Amino acid sequence: MTATLHIDWTRCDGRGLCTELLAGVLVRDDWGYPVARGRQGAERTDVPTRPSDADAARDAVSLCPKLALSLRDPASGGPQRRR
Amino acid sequence: MSPMPGVLPQPPLPNAQPLARLLAAGAEAGYARHVDTFGPLDPDAVAPGLLNLLDASGLTGRGGAAFATWRKALATSQSGRKRLVPARPVVIANGAEGEPLSFKDRTLLAHAPHLVIDGLLAVTRAVSGTQMYLYAPAASLPGVQEAVSGHPGGRRIQLVESPETFISGEASAVVNSIATGSAIPLDKGRRLSDTGLKGRPTLVLNVETLAHVALIARFGADWFREVGTPTDPGTRLLSVSGPGPCPDVVLEVPGGARLTDVVQSAGMDPASLSAVLVGGYHGRWVRPAAYVLSPRGPAGHVVRPGAGVIHALGAEQCGLGATAGIVAYLAGQSARQCGPCMFGLPAMAGIFNRIAAGEQDPRLPEELGRLGTLVSGRGACHHPDGTAQLISSALEVFADDVRSHLTGRCSGSGSWTP
Repeated sequence: MTATLHIDWTRCDGRGLCTELLAGVLVRDDWGYPVARGRQGAERTDVPTRPSDADAARDAVSLCPKLALSLRDPASGGPQRRR
Repeated sequence: MSPMPGVLPQPPLPNAQPLARLLAAGAEAGYARHVDTFGPLDPDAVAPGLLNLLDASGLTGRGGAAFATWRKALATSQSGRKRLVPARPVVIANGAEGEPLSFKDRTLLAHAPHLVIDGLLAVTRAVSGTQMYLYAPAASLPGVQEAVSGHPGGRRIQLVESPETFISGEASAVVNSIATGSAIPLDKGRRLSDTGLKGRPTLVLNVETLAHVALIARFGADWFREVGTPTDPGTRLLSVSGPGPCPDVVLEVPGGARLTDVVQSAGMDPASLSAVLVGGYHGRWVRPAAYVLSPRGPAGHVVRPGAGVIHALGAEQCGLGATAGIVAYLAGQSARQCGPCMFGLPAMAGIFNRIAAGEQDPRLPEELGRLGTLVSGRGACHHPDGTAQLISSALEVFADDVRSHLTGRCSGSGSWTP
């Protein structure tokens, strides 16, 4: 069971912390905003993560200075967003 | 197209073909003529079976996304019931028409507002909703206000003005506009059907979709399916425009209509056109060949009508110049809240403009392709995706022109204005 990392583009400011914590999952685009590696379409906004990325993904959610990230556990359904 | 049962001939609408269904009551139909033409509709009587009826009809949204109307309504209805404290849904009739080449929704609101109101009342009853809004541009509101006042069920409908921006009709922008006055899209972390306006389950339906609901509620799913195809039943309104002297016309066409038939019905000769923009500024250019208009089907045979925009380009007009103008407009219409859109669209517009202007750098098309791929899927709404799709179709359809421009020549001479 893998969680998805939701990127709220209306909040994201391209600070880049998530791309350092999740270097295997996210890279930076021309302007510094995160791009999900090897993903297309909706999976670039709701990015699937592997269990091995779980700790880094939680760190990214809690450390994002713009509160632009949230993790969604498919088992529970709803979004778990830091407020 | 088959005639609607019991409909008397009506004076044709100005600038429109005689239309069989949605505009059957004629120009600027008041409530009396509306009821004379279509018969009365009791929302309470039709509500219990309405979602099943919509399922059987195969009606899809006419605002662009072509999502199954019954499914969207059911999701909203169920979301309201499954909460710990049940919440009554909100239903919004979306008449925002920020797409510069679209005018079918304002035409419908001007001539058949009572069908839209009937549909809004019936759907709201069917999902056990309590609040109703009709969201429309300033120019449509006086007529809509008069219709709401003249309709026996209209007094509970609240009217809200939609701004004249490209994205003001995007569903979450509609909700945001009504809630805060700011018509920009919201993050899609949660569905509107779960938590939309004031946290309530919210159903946003295009005004044409609601007018079809009003007819299906009266005449049934089988009647709806008498025209169109099994996968694209019923009719849709199209805003058809092109090079002068042909006037802009609203056509009601069956599902699966052939593009060349549509263009001919609007008074244009397909052989005199270089390309047709189908689906609007987020749509795609195609050659006026053997395409049919349908939300689904094999690419190369089917082109998606989106919100029903058909715009023809004359043979002498440069498709790259026209597209450069559109892309510059789209870049300017970014809400500037999502980075890939805020930076990516102006970058794409700049490069497209360099190609259109004849800059001889062979790397430009490839860079446009790279940027289009980079921005897609990365925004609160589909503005980047729609823009990238338009650009990609232009590079494909106008490939010969791209080669000419890159060697400093342009075969087009006529100017293009949207």
